[in-house]
Amino acid sequence: MAYTEEELKKELETKEYEYGFYTDIESDTFPKGLNEDIVVAISKKKEEPDWMTKWRLEAFRAWKQMEEPEWANVKYQKPDFQNISYYSAPNKKPKYDSLDEVDPELLDTFKKLGISVDEQKKLAGVAVDIVMDSVSVATTFKKTLAEKGIIFCSISEAIKEHPELVKKYLGTVVPQKDNFYAALNSAVFSDGSFCYIPKGVRCPMELSTYFRINQAGTGQFERTLVIAEEGSYVSYLEGCTAPMRDENQLHAAVVELIALDNAEIKYSTVQNWFPGNKEGKGGVYNFVTKRGLCEKHAKISWTQVETGSAVTWKYPSCILKGDYSIGEFYSIAVTNNFQQADTGTKMVHLGKNTKSTIISKGISAGQSQNSYRGLVQVNSRAENARNFSQCDSLLMGNRCGAHTFPYIEVKNKSAQIEHEATTSKIGEDQIFYCNQRGIDTEKAIALIVNGFSKEVLNKLPMEFAVEAQKLLEISLEGSVG
Amino acid sequence: MLEIKNLHASVDDKEILKGINLKVNAGEVHAIMGPNGSGKSTLAEVIAGQEEFEVGEGSILLEGEDLEELSPEERAHKGVFLSFQYPVEIPGVSVTNFMKTAINESRKAQGLEDMPANEMLKKIREKSEMLEIDRKFLSRSLNEGFSGGEKKRNEIFQMAMMEPKLAILDETDSGLDIDALRIVSNGVNKLRSKDNAIIVITHYQRLLEYIVPDFVHVLYNGKIVKSGTKELALELEEKGYDWLKEEAAV
Repeated sequence: MAYTEEELKKELETKEYEYGFYTDIESDTFPKGLNEDIVVAISKKKEEPDWMTKWRLEAFRAWKQMEEPEWANVKYQKPDFQNISYYSAPNKKPKYDSLDEVDPELLDTFKKLGISVDEQKKLAGVAVDIVMDSVSVATTFKKTLAEKGIIFCSISEAIKEHPELVKKYLGTVVPQKDNFYAALNSAVFSDGSFCYIPKGVRCPMELSTYFRINQAGTGQFERTLVIAEEGSYVSYLEGCTAPMRDENQLHAAVVELIALDNAEIKYSTVQNWFPGNKEGKGGVYNFVTKRGLCEKHAKISWTQVETGSAVTWKYPSCILKGDYSIGEFYSIAVTNNFQQADTGTKMVHLGKNTKSTIISKGISAGQSQNSYRGLVQVNSRAENARNFSQCDSLLMGNRCGAHTFPYIEVKNKSAQIEHEATTSKIGEDQIFYCNQRGIDTEKAIALIVNGFSKEVLNKLPMEFAVEAQKLLEISLEGSVG
Repeated sequence: MLEIKNLHASVDDKEILKGINLKVNAGEVHAIMGPNGSGKSTLAEVIAGQEEFEVGEGSILLEGEDLEELSPEERAHKGVFLSFQYPVEIPGVSVTNFMKTAINESRKAQGLEDMPANEMLKKIREKSEMLEIDRKFLSRSLNEGFSGGEKKRNEIFQMAMMEPKLAILDETDSGLDIDALRIVSNGVNKLRSKDNAIIVITHYQRLLEYIVPDFVHVLYNGKIVKSGTKELALELEEKGYDWLKEEAAV
């Protein structure tokens, strides 16, 4: 078996979505469509206080005035917002005291994904807040966390139990009117995670959430809020998979991070939602707003491995408001077949002596389009701001595309900005070299891709790095035949 | 060990190898010399299974087994090793990681477990010392930013690690200064044994002063036009290739 470019390409295209199955759980689903009544109904269904209902309605009214953005380098059929159901929750017993009470079919789903909760519980240091179609069904390790005063729960629960915190911070980093999808999310968000680390506390374990979209025609609108009080530290892991489905599914999440003075938040994401089949049919639309705010000496690191979704539109950003604050963005984005990704970051330097680092690795195969879009902004008062950006693209075959759109806006002369970019291609000569050493093509591609992504993989927490490595292999390799 | 019979190979309908016959026994070192474009590197790559080349007539037998249907990795698993003339770079993959993967893939093909870490470490230490390779070198990305000499030394290090039955060294001497040439040649000589065979491809007689061949073959225009002992190399050094070209033309 030899591997010409042609064969290599074919092989890359034939890897079907491994997690394409559908769990048959009764759901309580709202009728399709969106209007003020639906927004109120969502709020009611979730037993929210009045201020929350009002907040949602404000967002909805703003959203109605907004237009869907078109500047991203992606092409897709715009979703029909009146043809989506905005609330869906698993029907049987929404809350559980122990895993034994959880719907066995649900547990089975998790097993298929390789995230057995039982195992996770036993594994040291990972608490899991699982979101399955909008409502949290299981939360573990709560006690250990509670002893330290850490709050880790669903956002719905937080609205009820900790309204003062939610009220104080929700929408402060990503305002309701921030953008079209953030406004939509603010109006109809179904659930998500809430995390609060008290002053000076170092969270003893990685906090982890698995999201999963699991209802035909259901958009999923996650809302995540992470607050790290002064001098605290937390590492947060977000992982996502969605089952195979024919029609496009919309996902518009909002994540807000708040790092107060001297606090540090590490936010890691592994995303492998259904990317559509090899003809480009189906797949998830992923339009996400993620942003963090850094106060003095605070640090926020975004690390993401994106292998899924048909269309991705995502720019985890840092507002470096406090002096000496640090923002980091490490990203691996893989696109294959007809996937389109327009992803990157925004680093907004407001404070003095602020520092940001951007390392972006894009891997394109098939007929996919992979764009990096990044903004580095240094405001007039941000003395001695520093930025280093590095954008590397790896191409497989001749029909995919890699694009880089770096925007740099500097209003202070003391700023130091560096930008490096490279584009390379997996060569037949590299494959042959590996083959000659006894390494088959599948393994060779994995080796080369992992090498290319190494700087970012190294930033992931251990257990996540292994999963991410596996995902890279799954996304890019076919059964050799 | 290796038997090549009437081998023809072409690329894009252009025939490059036009009937090669070569027999290499275990324990032997054969040198293949010849002017540029005579087909030396093609021969090396065809033996290794590079499918860019179309093999028409003829056969390649390794220990009596026809290699034709075997993929490059399967040939590697059977003990074929090619030291590349131009080794490729693989950024982000360390020399150590690459070797670990290569060795374990070959072991897997033979139904063996992964090599235990301590054994691997010991082997790496031993072989890197033999080739006077700085340990830091092993954690660098494969061939990335390596000098010409480092790349070649790394090829021989890999050969030492993989312990092939048949090693083909394609212009291993090019890009080496005299000290590096001596170190690399010493390494190759230590790897010579009665159980393996080595084919050395080179332009120059210089390398053959260090790695002394049992036989020398001259490849010209896709055919072996002359074979002899190591004295043939000296003769070529003195007279060049022109007299052979004339002879072949007759």
